[in-house]
Amino acid sequence: MTDDKTPVPPPAGEPGLVLDVRDAVKHYAVRRTTLRGPRRTVHAVDGVSVRLGSGRTLGIVGESGCGKSTLGRLITGLEKPTSGTITVGAEGIPIAAAHGTGTVQAVFQDPASALDPRMTVRESIGEALGRAGKDERERRTGEALAAVGLTPEFGARYPHQLSGGQQQRVCIARAIVDRPDLILLDEAVSSLDASLQAQVLDLLQRLQRDTGTAYVFISHDLRAVRQVSHSVAVMYLGQVVEQAPAEEFDRGLLHPYSVALRSTEPRILDEGTDHVERIVLTGEPPSAVAPPAGCRFAPRCPIVDDHCRSVAPVLTEATSGHLVRCHKPGELTLSGVVRVDPGTPAEV
Amino acid sequence: MSTVTRRRRPSRDVRPRRRPVQGVVAKIAIFLILFYAVLAVLGPHITPFPPDQVGVGPRLSPPSADHWFGTDALGRDQLSRVVAAAQPALLSAVYAVTFALVIGTVIGIAAGFLGGLWDGTLSRVVDLLFAIPEYLLAILVITVMGSGLVNASLAIGLVCIPRFARIARASTIAIMERNYIDAARLCGRGRIWIMRRHILPNIASPLVIMTAINLSTAEGAYAALSFLGFGVRPPAADYGSMISSSQQYLLTDPWLVVFPSIAFVVLVLAFNLLGDVMRDRLDPRSRTSAGA
Repeated sequence: MTDDKTPVPPPAGEPGLVLDVRDAVKHYAVRRTTLRGPRRTVHAVDGVSVRLGSGRTLGIVGESGCGKSTLGRLITGLEKPTSGTITVGAEGIPIAAAHGTGTVQAVFQDPASALDPRMTVRESIGEALGRAGKDERERRTGEALAAVGLTPEFGARYPHQLSGGQQQRVCIARAIVDRPDLILLDEAVSSLDASLQAQVLDLLQRLQRDTGTAYVFISHDLRAVRQVSHSVAVMYLGQVVEQAPAEEFDRGLLHPYSVALRSTEPRILDEGTDHVERIVLTGEPPSAVAPPAGCRFAPRCPIVDDHCRSVAPVLTEATSGHLVRCHKPGELTLSGVVRVDPGTPAEV
Repeated sequence: MSTVTRRRRPSRDVRPRRRPVQGVVAKIAIFLILFYAVLAVLGPHITPFPPDQVGVGPRLSPPSADHWFGTDALGRDQLSRVVAAAQPALLSAVYAVTFALVIGTVIGIAAGFLGGLWDGTLSRVVDLLFAIPEYLLAILVITVMGSGLVNASLAIGLVCIPRFARIARASTIAIMERNYIDAARLCGRGRIWIMRRHILPNIASPLVIMTAINLSTAEGAYAALSFLGFGVRPPAADYGSMISSSQQYLLTDPWLVVFPSIAFVVLVLAFNLLGDVMRDRLDPRSRTSAGA
């Protein structure tokens, strides 16, 4: 995880590296509302850099509209970045060149939309096996179905004859059948009920152990993300505000937005559990068309000060491997505001 | 995972209410169209007299045992001519709609799939076609290409292209939002594969409905053009030209107008019924009952 102002790690060629995103930016032009109005752009993704090794899972979490799905589409090459580079594999192949080579696959949120209603399950899965012969295709489709816990008879069915969970498992089968290096899971379990979520997450983790595939797991559900991820990035308004190994997340979150996100999780209170204040953020995230000049989180931050409003913080390493984009990291905690410096009174 | 039947249940409730009526209408439509198709194929072999032969009976004879539909001013047998006219009538509708379906679908899918400048250009061309009054455009084309069955059909087809192009484009754009298009791209499938395997099958329903509805429009348009003298070349029989040449006898010998008119109206009605049936069957709202 780097920013434009932190030194970029040594170039590609690193063994085990599956995904290297450097300073990816995606701006969308907004249609002018008046003839002479200014040409404006939506800053969907604004300078995101992430790296991911083989067999690892990167979780990306954030509220809707924070650019996490756009980042997913950039990573899979479904959209071209406005600037920045995205390479896959240890040799650093640009995503555009790797497109359609079976290196990157995706599982989407809505399985009903991800399966062609006029194709059988076998045809859908076989789509990922372009180069294979008929016999091989048949065999590997069967194997993929078995891997997701479906019997070969499902191959002849159409999506409308399957339940939502079965459809999602077919999507996973299609994603894994050609042994990709990287699978994007964009809200892949969000549409499933709790017991199915657990099943599918288990399935994904088992597959990762068996095949060493790397995952990018995008979700608004911090708990699901932490459960499967080795490292978690929190996005806010097109930027990564905090990135840390999953274990760090349980210990201490440093960015006030991450802390607020964390505090919304339901938890069981009993003895030995600290009482947790629920931090309620007011207002909407600012418009991605005209992001604030200073910190993008400043308008909603409980511990904001004038410095935050005028100077945009950069992503810096707080502790080893733990990156945060905040002027006052760690001042807001789950149990309230910590006064680090008596000179700057914190406002809540 | 126990909800395999969840989507089918509502359709099962709907089915008993809809099916019987729809079934009868469908049967009538298909029977009538098959009847005309048989006439079109066997026409020349089953007519009691050669349809274009002058003087096979007395001039302007009313319906009789020898000439069931009477004879025209040149002594031609009206029954033979009505039967013979089934062929150009059916062919013109089929030619016109096939032409419009193929060209319109290609334009519509290309515009919807490629987007951007392609979409802008193709859509404006289609809008331009739509903007010109239909018969004016058709007559303009015939003036350039010459009259006759094929040319008149192509002219009508050209007029119908925008309808197919628009519906194909709108449906394609709707399908493009679906994730299976993204999935196919990630699987390394090219544009042609995606258009042929994913988009075309999924936009087929509205196109089939459009085809059925346009058959009757095209048939009506062809009769109109033929009435104006742009159809088959005389002396060959055509509903439009038969009605047009008989209009001066409308008050004295009305059968000359009545029989070709009935034959024409029934054919258009049959096409209309077919369109209704197709719409009921394939309408997206009742799609689940059709299954996949």
